[in-house]
Amino acid sequence: MRVNFVLSEVAAGLRRNLTMTVAMILTTGISLGLMGTGLLIANMIGDMREIYYDKIQVSIYLADDVTDEQRDSIAAQLDASPEVQDYIYETRAEAYQRFTQQFQEQPALIANTPEDALPESFRVELVNPERYPVIAEQFPNGAAGVDEVRDEGDFLDRLFSLLNGARNGTLAVALVQALAALLLISNTIQLAAFNRRNETNIMRLVGASRWYTQLPFILEAALAGLIGALLAIGGLVLTKILFVDKTLAGPIKAGIIPPVDWSAIIAISPIIAAAGVGLAAVAAYVTLRLYVRL
Amino acid sequence: MIELQHVSKIYPTSPRPALDDVSMQIDKGEFVFLIGSSGSGKSTFLRLLLKEDSPTKGVITVNDKNLNTMSKWQVPKLRRTMGCVFQDFRLLRNKTVAENVAFALEVINKPQRTIKRVVPEVLEMVGLDGKENRLPNELSGGEQQRVAIARAFVNRPLVLLADEPTGNLDPETSQDIMLLLERINRTGTTVVMATHDYHIVDSMRRRVIELTDGVVSRDQSRGVYGVGR
Repeated sequence: MRVNFVLSEVAAGLRRNLTMTVAMILTTGISLGLMGTGLLIANMIGDMREIYYDKIQVSIYLADDVTDEQRDSIAAQLDASPEVQDYIYETRAEAYQRFTQQFQEQPALIANTPEDALPESFRVELVNPERYPVIAEQFPNGAAGVDEVRDEGDFLDRLFSLLNGARNGTLAVALVQALAALLLISNTIQLAAFNRRNETNIMRLVGASRWYTQLPFILEAALAGLIGALLAIGGLVLTKILFVDKTLAGPIKAGIIPPVDWSAIIAISPIIAAAGVGLAAVAAYVTLRLYVRL
Repeated sequence: MIELQHVSKIYPTSPRPALDDVSMQIDKGEFVFLIGSSGSGKSTFLRLLLKEDSPTKGVITVNDKNLNTMSKWQVPKLRRTMGCVFQDFRLLRNKTVAENVAFALEVINKPQRTIKRVVPEVLEMVGLDGKENRLPNELSGGEQQRVAIARAFVNRPLVLLADEPTGNLDPETSQDIMLLLERINRTGTTVVMATHDYHIVDSMRRRVIELTDGVVSRDQSRGVYGVGR
């Protein structure tokens, strides 16, 4: 295979349809960027599940007037319960500390919250998170020093369904955008083939192999796909630096949201690149087979 | 070399067959004029030989290969044994004379050193030495057709198919082109030339196959264009 020949054909092809090429690259880039975002959100959801779900499923908030005996009794019951995997006791001071960490971006809120405003609590990890009602029954609200038993899993479920929705929405838009990108690629390749019909006609007549004739077009699309993928990866890097690391710095530090690690972006970059190159090349190949006589 | 057995070609858009039960044999090294009015089936005949299209009925054999049973990926190999020349030259306008000829070899993956050797040879043979670096639009029609012939011949095909190669040329230039085709024929290459140019046919006295409405109406060795002309 004459590499120079093929590459010069590819470069000429991309230059000749510059506007179409740019459109093809941009739509591909946007589509892949959204796909990458979707994958990152999916990653994040996984990390958050680890942060939250595995630890606390039920919080037992204690009443203000709880006595030492009542507190010890609750601890003893938790120790004895077969439903309980593990639990931690959180004092008012610890609760306040966690609160100030979570809301460090909102000093006014912290200033207005007295140090003893937050109740002490037991944070309970269940053997089976579904068994929350059993614990709730064992520690009725407003009795024996218990103020309220809350199923944190319920809140988390809502949070995660929101995040899952965001992920699915992003991926859906990415899919629609990918369809637009594929149609654009198909169009661009048809145009490129039309522009180069003299060359390809002669190639056909002198007996160039089908593969040799098609390769410049397929590479042209694949190159555009690659550039689109690089744009998408660049977009993700910028999003991390400018949005995630800045705007979401507080919640991340507080451990509410897991950070978006460079390693996550590095991990999905090859997927994005492969998807860009692969889809573009396949779209070009199919277009050539269906619409263009080579 | 080329054999047709009861070949018919019917296009779905036309009620009348473009070729109707055509049988013929063309031997290696022959020079054949294919004549007939427009729409008589000459172009269809050439297209079938190149396997740009398949016959509706009948068997075509080129160089002992049955085109009907030939698979798609073997077609390029077939075409490497055939050169084509057209009325409208079909040169690449952005390539020089030498590049146009070299293109035919590059795209079939010939080694660069072969290309460097054979392109000047064939350009000299067609009388274009010294014009290697000209662009097609800087050349006369006759010269452009010489480039096209050089491109068709550079890979030493067994068969040269020429579809009205003198159709756009004045009589004198046409004569020069015919001399060139004759010279190529003398190297052992079979030449099949579709033409309307009766001066040429009459003066060359070669085999003439006439198609009328898709039927071979005359097959004459050392023939002339029209009886009584």
